[in-house]
Amino acid sequence: MEFLRPATWAEALAAKAGLPEAVPVQGGTDVMVEINFDVRRPPALLDLTRVGDLADWEVAADGRLRVGAGVTYARLIAELGDRLPGLAQAARTVGSPQIRNRGTVGGNLGAASPAGDSHPPLLATGAEIEVASAARGTRMIPATEFYRGVKRSALAPDELVRAFWAPPATGPQYFAKVGTRNAMVIAVCSFAVALHPGERRAGTGVGSAAPTPRRATAAEEFAAAELDWAGRAPLDPGLAARFGELAAAAAEPIDDVRGTAAYRRHAIAVLARRTLAWAWHDYRKEAAACA
Amino acid sequence: MRVNLTVNGRPEEVDGVWEGESLLYVLRERVGLPGAKNACEQGECGSCTVYLDGLPVCACLVAAGQAEGRQVRTVEGLAGGDRLDPVQEAFVECGAVQCGFCTPGLVVQAHDLIERVGAPSDEEIREALAGNLCRCTGYEKIMDAVRLAAARKAGTA
Repeated sequence: MEFLRPATWAEALAAKAGLPEAVPVQGGTDVMVEINFDVRRPPALLDLTRVGDLADWEVAADGRLRVGAGVTYARLIAELGDRLPGLAQAARTVGSPQIRNRGTVGGNLGAASPAGDSHPPLLATGAEIEVASAARGTRMIPATEFYRGVKRSALAPDELVRAFWAPPATGPQYFAKVGTRNAMVIAVCSFAVALHPGERRAGTGVGSAAPTPRRATAAEEFAAAELDWAGRAPLDPGLAARFGELAAAAAEPIDDVRGTAAYRRHAIAVLARRTLAWAWHDYRKEAAACA
Repeated sequence: MRVNLTVNGRPEEVDGVWEGESLLYVLRERVGLPGAKNACEQGECGSCTVYLDGLPVCACLVAAGQAEGRQVRTVEGLAGGDRLDPVQEAFVECGAVQCGFCTPGLVVQAHDLIERVGAPSDEEIREALAGNLCRCTGYEKIMDAVRLAAARKAGTA
């Protein structure tokens, strides 16, 4: 095995191009588990923790946040929790403090596990993933097109994740996750909702309940059409329940050690209904505070 | 490969490191510091918690090569000479140690909590220790120890 230590982004891309089988490693919270357990013996590890600007984030010219692939969950919570509240909630449910000090959204994207906690909020906020290769330069992939299968993404073998781009929240955002305890769990299933009041619509993301993380498009269309965006009337329980049913219909879960397909489908309906209720409650409160 | 790192203030030059090796293995088997424990090897138990550049991490999930040029502080580096760190003292006094296997990880993690948050609430203690498993104590004595260490640091006990 080789251990590649690029010091710059250009060096990292060159290393990946030279050895596409090299496995990129940031916090190591997925990759090192596989190596420790002899599940994976890649020809090389490509350590990205020395590529300094990967650990930076900035407000881009278009107003969106561009968050480097090396920004840890702990920093995301502390530094961006106000602007990316849904993603920060998801980050708080990742592992333990030790894991959040190392793990990154970039690593979550690279692993592309359907159970990754970052994915539902990235989908709900309409994030884009910035990837690059030495040969073809940079391209942007919408989160909706990034996930291609169980642990498969749209990344080409010579590409690396550089950053994700997400708009700062313009309305309430929530994430909820089902697990056996309140820490250290891989999601049985999860759900994210982001209200976009300016566009009078809600974004969604369903996690760990299909081969890939995915949006619940029918639930989004229903919310855009049926919620009282202008009047901000209290959320009708029937409407919230219907939103949940449509979210569950978007799921395509399996039976596995963490839960059954039937349980997951039911739980997605509950999580979607609850997170919408929390978000709508905040949306109404915002209006009251402004009045 | 060779890895250069600083452990508990001392520069270490370690040769013959396998490229897939963890920082935990380097510390225990090559540097001779067995305080951090090897248990789950998947970041679930917290027994291998050490400071890496000032942040507590699971040493089993840090690739050895990632520690090149970094500062590591292990449980062996908390005490000043013969005097235990107040967190270690509190663990002894409160009976927070039974078999002792999880103790080094818990001590480092509790040490970090008390450094960052002077007087942590019970919720903050539980959250901070959520990634450290203990199968002996039932955690109540550990909670007592962290409360005592924090109170001593704040000068209220």
